Amino acid sequence: MPKPIVILAWGVVAAVGTLAVGVVALHRGEPINALWLVVAATCCYALGYRFYSSFIAAKILALDALRATPAERLDNGRDFLVTNKWVVFGHHFAAIAGPGPLVGPVLAAQFGYLPGTLWILAGAVFAGCVQDFVILLFSVRRDGKSLTEMAKEETGRIGGFVAYAAVIAILIILLAVVALIVVNALKSSPWGTFTIAMTIPIALLMGIYLRRIRPGKVLEVSVLGFILVMLAIWGGQWVSQNPTMAGIFTLSASTLAILIVVYGFAASALPVWLLLAPRDYLSTFVKLGTISLLSVGIVVMHPTLHMPALTRFVDGTGPLFAGKVFPFAFITIACGAISGFHSLISSGTTPKLIARETETRMVGYGAMMCESAVAIMAVIAACVLQPGIYFAINSPASIVGQAPEVAASTISSWGFAVTPADMQNLAHAVGEQTLYNRTGGAPAFAVGMAHIFSSTLGGQEVMAIWYHFAIMFEALFILTILDAGTRVARFMLQDALGHVYKPLGRTSWYPSILATSGLMVAAWGYFLWQGVKDPLGGINSLWPLFGIANQLLATVALCVATTIIIKMHRAKYSLVTLVPLAWLLTVTFTASWHKVLDPSPRIGFLAQARALAAGPATSASGRLIFNNRLDAAVTAVLVIMVSLVAVESVRVWVGILSGKKSAPVREVPFVMTRLAAGEGA
Amino acid sequence: MTRMLSFKRILLATLREIFDEAAYARFLQRTQAASSPEAYAAFWREREHAAGRRARCC
Repeated sequence: MPKPIVILAWGVVAAVGTLAVGVVALHRGEPINALWLVVAATCCYALGYRFYSSFIAAKILALDALRATPAERLDNGRDFLVTNKWVVFGHHFAAIAGPGPLVGPVLAAQFGYLPGTLWILAGAVFAGCVQDFVILLFSVRRDGKSLTEMAKEETGRIGGFVAYAAVIAILIILLAVVALIVVNALKSSPWGTFTIAMTIPIALLMGIYLRRIRPGKVLEVSVLGFILVMLAIWGGQWVSQNPTMAGIFTLSASTLAILIVVYGFAASALPVWLLLAPRDYLSTFVKLGTISLLSVGIVVMHPTLHMPALTRFVDGTGPLFAGKVFPFAFITIACGAISGFHSLISSGTTPKLIARETETRMVGYGAMMCESAVAIMAVIAACVLQPGIYFAINSPASIVGQAPEVAASTISSWGFAVTPADMQNLAHAVGEQTLYNRTGGAPAFAVGMAHIFSSTLGGQEVMAIWYHFAIMFEALFILTILDAGTRVARFMLQDALGHVYKPLGRTSWYPSILATSGLMVAAWGYFLWQGVKDPLGGINSLWPLFGIANQLLATVALCVATTIIIKMHRAKYSLVTLVPLAWLLTVTFTASWHKVLDPSPRIGFLAQARALAAGPATSASGRLIFNNRLDAAVTAVLVIMVSLVAVESVRVWVGILSGKKSAPVREVPFVMTRLAAGEGA
Repeated sequence: MTRMLSFKRILLATLREIFDEAAYARFLQRTQAASSPEAYAAFWREREHAAGRRARCC
């Protein structure tokens, strides 16, 4: 295409993007259409990918299509394999996309749609996509080494140890918080509980079908599993209307928590083929289909956003979680903007499949852009709800009151009108007894998604089906994360314990499997129980803790990336990773300070412990005080560990830049590719 | 039309890779075995370790 036309086309994209971001950022008063967010996001991603990622690829990473990748050099047909770039892209996206980009933006919508949207767009283009891209490339150049191995090699033993400990800590907190989301979505919901319970025998059936009847026919069995899940959703309606069955499947939060802990233990100890793999297939099948359907639904319906750009809760008095828009919006939304967890995937399976270095840009930067787009969809799903309804669903009873009239009156007094009749009609429409106090983000997202779907497909009559489909969709891949996460953490623990007593490191030795599975499940189960029993709803303390842990892992990844960039003698371009690193350090350290030391009992763990100690003693006081002190200690330990990595990294940078330290690049030496032009592409 | 066919081919290949069908086909080719419950069990014995370590992001 002639250059002037290309320049003109990108000029138009930039102008339209500026207009859309301007409307999103500056429009006040009247509600805006969701398409403005879609257009703003599309233009930002297009410009970011075309110009920023291209700059990084050319000036910093110097991607070389002629350099053989580990997939080519070490090809063994198993872990290392030259794979088509689109296939790797899909594989990578399926691994990084989880409930995080759906739940975080829904929770952050308490500040209005603007803070979350701006952070998702800027965070993804300048931080999240950059992190995923550079870590993927650096892992490719090191034979697919993991983040913890790279941290140890590049920043020293402390970096390696902290990265390892941070991963375990994040997994524990992550598993607790996602389990809490499922508990809050399913408590007192016979329809939802029945549907999710049925996914366990369905997954087992799929595993046995694959093993005994049609070996390896995964796509076929996934379609079959999907049909069975749809039947379970349909059957759930009957269950909820049958008094006996409804009684069996109406469970309290405590009972659900115990059942999930038992399930997590079983899933971690059972063979992968029996439960984990088929559930993963089913969840991926539903996930990819639903995300595609939701994006089409949003564009076709282009709903109006009823949530204002900014709410009064930017001042830190929000009912979902306490804390000002800075720093809490930035730790509430991790996946979708920047997620440290992605660096584990970018240095896990993906680098072993990349055929050419040049493809890391599309896979690393591009897949993260798609995840960010999912987060924008979540913002839209939350903000199409009337704000009063959004707050009634998401606010804990301790803030708005238990009785419907009291809750509606409290929320209306904030300026977000809602009546008990509105909530009753909505609960009836989605087939629930009540939608009050459904904290955790998942039910609000499900109502928003059901609203969008039912407006385009089937009308209000099928809203209940869509709501429970959305709950099933979220719970299904949350439970998959519980399976996979518990097992990954178990393996990591076994690796470490194997240094102490060799048999403990054997992943096929059942006493070790049971002991380490039990330890990991007990660890996240404790935090889950703490969340279930928390009078403020649990999400208030656990989600920020998870956000802090996840962003701290991103700071470790960016420290490693910056160190490598400096060692590559590209220090003048190191701002590309240094700026997001500085931002994340500021955000996470500020948030951690607030969570530990803030004098408000709703924000600071220690202040809450003091308030509980000063208040009337109840049977739960002692445990709640201990839990708050434990949360404060976990946050402080994470901050100290990451500070050590940051200090260690700075010491390395100063040493290299002052010429006192050598800067050996630990890349695998250059080997010319033997792939023909176009091969593997 | 060619583009549509190419898109369909890539989409199917992606799904086959995500759902481990392609890995199983490679396993059968490498071990010179025919698809059977025994071969599938052997495939999973080999993959148990790697699949258990495959992280899924939040």
